[in-house]
Amino acid sequence: MPEVILSAQNLVKHYPIRKGVLRRVKGQVKAVDGVSFDLHKGETLGIVGESGCGKSTLGRLLMRLEEPTDGTVTFEGEDFSNASGRELRRLRRNIQIVFQDPYTSLNPRMTVGDIIGEPFEIHREVVPKGGRRARVQELLDLVGLSPEHINRYPHQFSGGQRQRIGIARGIALNPKVLICDEPVSALDVSVQAQVVNLMEKLQDELDLAYVFIAHDLSVVRHISDRVGVMYLGRMAELGTEDEVYTRPTHPYTQALLSAVPVPDPQLRGKREQIVLEGDVPSPANPPSGCRFHTRCFKAQDRCSTDTPELVLREDGLAEHLSACHFAEARTIVETIDVSDKPRDDRFTKQGSRDDTSSDGEPADEEEMEQRSRSLHQDSRWAPQEVAGMIDEQPGDNRPPLG
Amino acid sequence: MTTTSDTTRTAEGNTPYVPEDGLLLEVEDLYVEFHTHDGVATAINGVSFDLHQGESLAILGESGSGKSVTAQAIMGILDMPPAVIPQGHIRYCGQDLLSMPSEQRRKTRGPEVSMIFQDALSSLNPVFPVGWQIAEMFRTHRGVNKSDALEQSISLMERVSIPAARERVKAYPHQFSGGMRQRIMIAMAIALDPAVLIADEPTTALDVTVQAQIMGLLQELQEERQMGLILITHDLGVVADVADRIAVMYAGRLVEKGDVHELYGGPSHPYTRGLLESIPRLDQKGQTLSAIGGLPPNLMHIPAGCPFNPRCRMAQDVCRQDRPELREIAPGRFSACHFAEEVIDA
Repeated sequence: MPEVILSAQNLVKHYPIRKGVLRRVKGQVKAVDGVSFDLHKGETLGIVGESGCGKSTLGRLLMRLEEPTDGTVTFEGEDFSNASGRELRRLRRNIQIVFQDPYTSLNPRMTVGDIIGEPFEIHREVVPKGGRRARVQELLDLVGLSPEHINRYPHQFSGGQRQRIGIARGIALNPKVLICDEPVSALDVSVQAQVVNLMEKLQDELDLAYVFIAHDLSVVRHISDRVGVMYLGRMAELGTEDEVYTRPTHPYTQALLSAVPVPDPQLRGKREQIVLEGDVPSPANPPSGCRFHTRCFKAQDRCSTDTPELVLREDGLAEHLSACHFAEARTIVETIDVSDKPRDDRFTKQGSRDDTSSDGEPADEEEMEQRSRSLHQDSRWAPQEVAGMIDEQPGDNRPPLG
Repeated sequence: MTTTSDTTRTAEGNTPYVPEDGLLLEVEDLYVEFHTHDGVATAINGVSFDLHQGESLAILGESGSGKSVTAQAIMGILDMPPAVIPQGHIRYCGQDLLSMPSEQRRKTRGPEVSMIFQDALSSLNPVFPVGWQIAEMFRTHRGVNKSDALEQSISLMERVSIPAARERVKAYPHQFSGGMRQRIMIAMAIALDPAVLIADEPTTALDVTVQAQIMGLLQELQEERQMGLILITHDLGVVADVADRIAVMYAGRLVEKGDVHELYGGPSHPYTRGLLESIPRLDQKGQTLSAIGGLPPNLMHIPAGCPFNPRCRMAQDVCRQDRPELREIAPGRFSACHFAEEVIDA
C-alpha cells in the first residue's frame, strides 16, 4: 500500500451549548467524537453517513478550518494540529477543499479568474505573478471549461459549471489532498456524472488523494477505494469499498445499504430491507455505550454500557475494522462486477468537458452574452437568484443535506 | 373519518363518483407559461397523461423539466400571474378543473386531490401546533367541532406512526425531526381521504433510512385507500421501487411514458437511456459512468426540433428541424423520439 499522506488520530470536536444570561456552558454537542483513519497517497477515502453524523465537521477539522477539541492531524508525518501562521499556510497548500454548494461557495462579485487565482495571492511562490493568468486558463481547461470564460462571473454559469470552478480553485496550488464535501449532491443527475468523471480524471492526472464526503452511498461506492461509515460522530465501520459494500459487518451499515433504492424494478421486493425505527438521537446527548444501540436490531445489554472500539474482532467474523461488539459480515447488496463491460457511449457524451459552454456554439454564446448583459445592468443586487431563475428552476437550490 | 368502498366514493357535496373504469385524472395537452419581464418561459409544453385508481405514476425529470409545475397546475396552486395556462385540460373524474369556478375548485383540494411537498418545515405553519393544523382539514372541509377534529387528528397521527401521538398533538413543527414532519404532512394530505395524492419530491430532503420509512408508509396508505399516486422525483432508484408507470419529462415535454419494467428494461428515448447510464448503482462495482454532456435548455429558448437534440448523440438533421411528437410505439409505450425503435433495440 502506498505511503500514508494524511492521518487523523482520535479527532474530537465538541461545540459548547450556552444558555442563560451569563452564557454558561450547559452541554456539548459532540459533532465528532474520536475519529481516526489514514489516507494513502493517491487514494480516495469515502466518508458516508446521514445528516448530523459529523462528516462535514470532520472534513473541516482535517483542513483546520475548525480547531479540534482533541486529537491530531498529521500530514506526511508532520503534526500540524498546533501549527499556526506560516507553518499552517505551508501545510494548507497541500490540503485543499471543495464545498458542497456551488451557489454560495463562490464570491458573486469576483470573476472566475480572480476566484481561481486567489490562492496564488496567498501562496505567492507557487506561480510567479506574470504567469498567473495563463495558469488560471490552464486550470479552466483542465476542468473542462473554456479558458475564454476567465472574465465571467459565477452567476453566468450553471450549477455543474460552478462546481468545476470550485474544483479548479481546489487544485490551483497542486495540493496532495483534496477534501470534497458533498461535491455533487447539489447537482442534477445528468450533471453529477460529468463532475464525478472529471474528479476521477483529475485524480489520475495529478495523483491526488481525495477525502470524499457524501451521503449518497452509490456515488461513494463508485468513486472510493476505501470507505468509512460514520454514525453520531464516530466511525462505525472502515474498510475497502468491496469489504464495506459486499460484506458489511456493522448493523448500521447493513441497514443503511438495505435502505438505498436501486434503479432496477426487477429487484423490487426481492431485496432485503432492514427498517430502522425512529430517528438519529441528538449529538448533544448521545446514547451511552454504542451510539447505535437505541436503534440496533442486534443490541444487547452490553451495548448500552461498553463502547465498542473500531478494531478487528478476534472471532474472525469480520475481516475489516468495525465498531460493533457483534460484528459479523452479511451480504445486503448482491453486487455485479461490471468492470470488464465496455463503456457504452452511444447515447451519452464523454463528460469531462462541458459541451454547451466550450464548443463555442454561436447560439449559446450569444445567449450567454445576452444573459450576462441583462444581469449586469444591475449586478449589485445579488445576481445569483436571477441567474438561478433563468438557468435552472429555483428548486435546484436544495437545502444542504450534509 | 368516513370510509369509502373500493370502487365508488361517498357523495359529499359535489363530489363526483369515480367512473367505472377507475380513471381518476386526465391531463390533456397542457401548456403552462411564465410571463417574466425577460420574456416567456414555457415550463410545460403539451403534456398529456392519465391516472387510474390505485395506480402509482412517477413523473421523472431534472430540475427545470416542469415536473413540479405539472403538479402545481393539477393542484391549482400556481401563482397566476406570472403563470398562464394558455391551453389544455385537467379532468378529475370527468370534470374539467381548469374551467371550474375557483370556490368549487377550492373544495376539491383535500377531499379529492391533495399534495405533499418536499420541504415539510416550510410547508407547515410554525406558529400553530401540528394537531391544530391537521384538525383544520376536518374543521374547514367537514365542519367538525374542535374537540372531535383534534381526536381525529390524533388517530391520523397514530396511523402515520408518530409515536406518542396524544402527547405530541400540541407540539409545534420545529419540535419534530424531518422524517416526523414529513409524516405530519402525509397525515394532513390523507386526512380527507383523497382519491389522488400528489407527492412532490417527498423524500429528497431526508436521509436514506428515513426515506425508506416514508416511502414504505406512502405505499401502504396507497394500497389501503386505493389512491391514485403521482410521485414527482428525480431519483431513479425511488421510482424503480414504487412506480407502476413512468412519465419522463425533459424541457417541459414528456419524452417517454410507459410501464416501469419495460422502461427500465429498454428505454426508448436517448435521454432516458443516458440518465440510466449516468447514475452510479449501489449494486455494481467497476462501473464506468457515461455522462450526458451539456445542460438542459433554457426554457425561454428551447431548441428547434427535438429539445434534446443538442445533447443527443444520435441526433440527425431531422431532429434539429422536426419536433417529434409523443407516439405509441408499442401498446402502452410512448416515445417522443424519431428513432425510438432503434433506441430500444440498441
